[in-house]
Amino acid sequence: MSLKTDDVRNIAHLARLHIDEADVDKYAADLSSILDLVDQMNQVDSQGVTPLANPLDATQRLRADEVTESDQRDKFQGIAPDVEQGFYRVPKVIE
Amino acid sequence: MANGVAEIRRGLKAGKFSSVEITQDYLARIALHNPALNCFISVTDEIALAQARQADAALARGESAALTGVPLAHKDLFCTDGVKTSCASRILDNFIAPYDATVIENFKRDGAVMLGKTNMDEFAMGSSNENSYYGCVANPWNTEYVPGGSSGGSAAAVAAGLALGASGTDTGGSIRQPAALCGITGIKPTYGRVSRYGMIAFGSSLDQGGPFARSAEDCALLLQTMSGFDPRDSTSAEQAVPDYGAALGQGIEGLKIGLPQEYFADGLDAGIGAVIENAIEELQKLGAVIVDISLPNTGLSIPTYYVVAMAECSSNLSRFDGVRFGHRCDNPTDLEDLYKRSRGEGFGAEVKRRIMIGSYALSKGYYDAYYLKAQQLRRLIKQDFQQAFDSVDLILGPTTPETAFKIGAKTDDPVSMYLQDIYTISLNLAGLPGMSLPVGFCDGLPVGMQLIGNYFNESGLLNAAHCYQQVSDWHQQIPEAFR
Repeated sequence: MSLKTDDVRNIAHLARLHIDEADVDKYAADLSSILDLVDQMNQVDSQGVTPLANPLDATQRLRADEVTESDQRDKFQGIAPDVEQGFYRVPKVIE
Repeated sequence: MANGVAEIRRGLKAGKFSSVEITQDYLARIALHNPALNCFISVTDEIALAQARQADAALARGESAALTGVPLAHKDLFCTDGVKTSCASRILDNFIAPYDATVIENFKRDGAVMLGKTNMDEFAMGSSNENSYYGCVANPWNTEYVPGGSSGGSAAAVAAGLALGASGTDTGGSIRQPAALCGITGIKPTYGRVSRYGMIAFGSSLDQGGPFARSAEDCALLLQTMSGFDPRDSTSAEQAVPDYGAALGQGIEGLKIGLPQEYFADGLDAGIGAVIENAIEELQKLGAVIVDISLPNTGLSIPTYYVVAMAECSSNLSRFDGVRFGHRCDNPTDLEDLYKRSRGEGFGAEVKRRIMIGSYALSKGYYDAYYLKAQQLRRLIKQDFQQAFDSVDLILGPTTPETAFKIGAKTDDPVSMYLQDIYTISLNLAGLPGMSLPVGFCDGLPVGMQLIGNYFNESGLLNAAHCYQQVSDWHQQIPEAFR
């Protein structure tokens, strides 16, 4: 499996990752070699095998719908890059 | 100097020394040796001394908990309230955690002293500790060599006597592999045994916390504190925690230990093989019965693991977006630019590789070929172990195919780095407990032996390791420069 430089740019966009144009070739080579490793999975026919998502085959535990957290907005926003009047500020999204 | 948790506990209780005295000793050792080893990202002197004073006051009142006054270090991915928790990433370089991980709460509850936060591979992604924003950690046995990863700082700190014990996490071998490369003992418990709340997530179906210490006896003490059901972790095991200390010293007469032929095949360094053979003979002298077994799908574990781990990491790391906490790029032109540049500047190369592979594997049209396929193989790998445990009590093999390698030796080739995890990652896929203990040296570098147990049989692992450590002294070896 070999990825082209355009594939790398597309995947980086999907992952919302900026990568420098100068590094694209290197990523294409590295990611292709990882995918070659991953392709070893195809040596085995696993048709009909039930996928394993949780190693203990556990199912999601439910809890009572009760409030367990207190309001810590000021504490949490104390470490935010940019806040105003209790809101997180980001560049304008809607024109 | 005294170097065991159990020994220090006895000394503190008997009033031979105070927690402040030993905490000051450890802080002085950190100040002396950390510049060469780089195993701490943050040294929390003031917190440590305040906790030590509290511990001494409690001891004076005759009140002591399981670890009162014992100085430990914590991997810098456990959130610690009011203390920088970086995950060795630039993206969290300015992150002061606003709450404690359950593991940290448990250590506080039991009176332990926190010396600092240890270095690691960024977001626990790596096998050499070279992927840290804060630089590589050096192996105390030879500072030109890696300590292993991802919990390399914790392992090196314990090996060099800069902490009595340390916490770590293990997603594919990140406790067992550095324990092996640094010549100490470490245990990864069963998935769900130790709470993941506040433990910054890498691969949520694989991640598990656990302790490092010199001996199995000390690991039992630390694991006791770390373990237990936690309603705040949705995959926490609702299962009673046995008394790990009480399980030690039960002997291993008649214990059936399986040797998987795949773990002793091509690819294993011959020197390591010979050291492991000697350890097996010691266990036989103690009454263990050795049985040959097979784990036929071992070869599939690396490709399967990297799909599962990378897919889960790409999802987990989407939370680092430059909006609510962590690094934000300067002057973003719009929201997409803010996301992309904050993440691009904040993550290192290996983390970016893994996020991209994960995003690719989960993207439209590829999900079945990668993630679903990997989950199917994951079941086959688990079934191998289930079959083996029908006929044996424990499984034994080397922890790693090689001893520590030189810093820089594998950095240009991510795939060769991944192959370091061949014997450890299948346990994370299956959710089984495993531990590494030191059993000798090859060319001056430590060799680790891995013991694998059935689900929730941490006691069996600790007992077997303790029995071995009663007749060997590899776990008591300290590198010359740090004696």
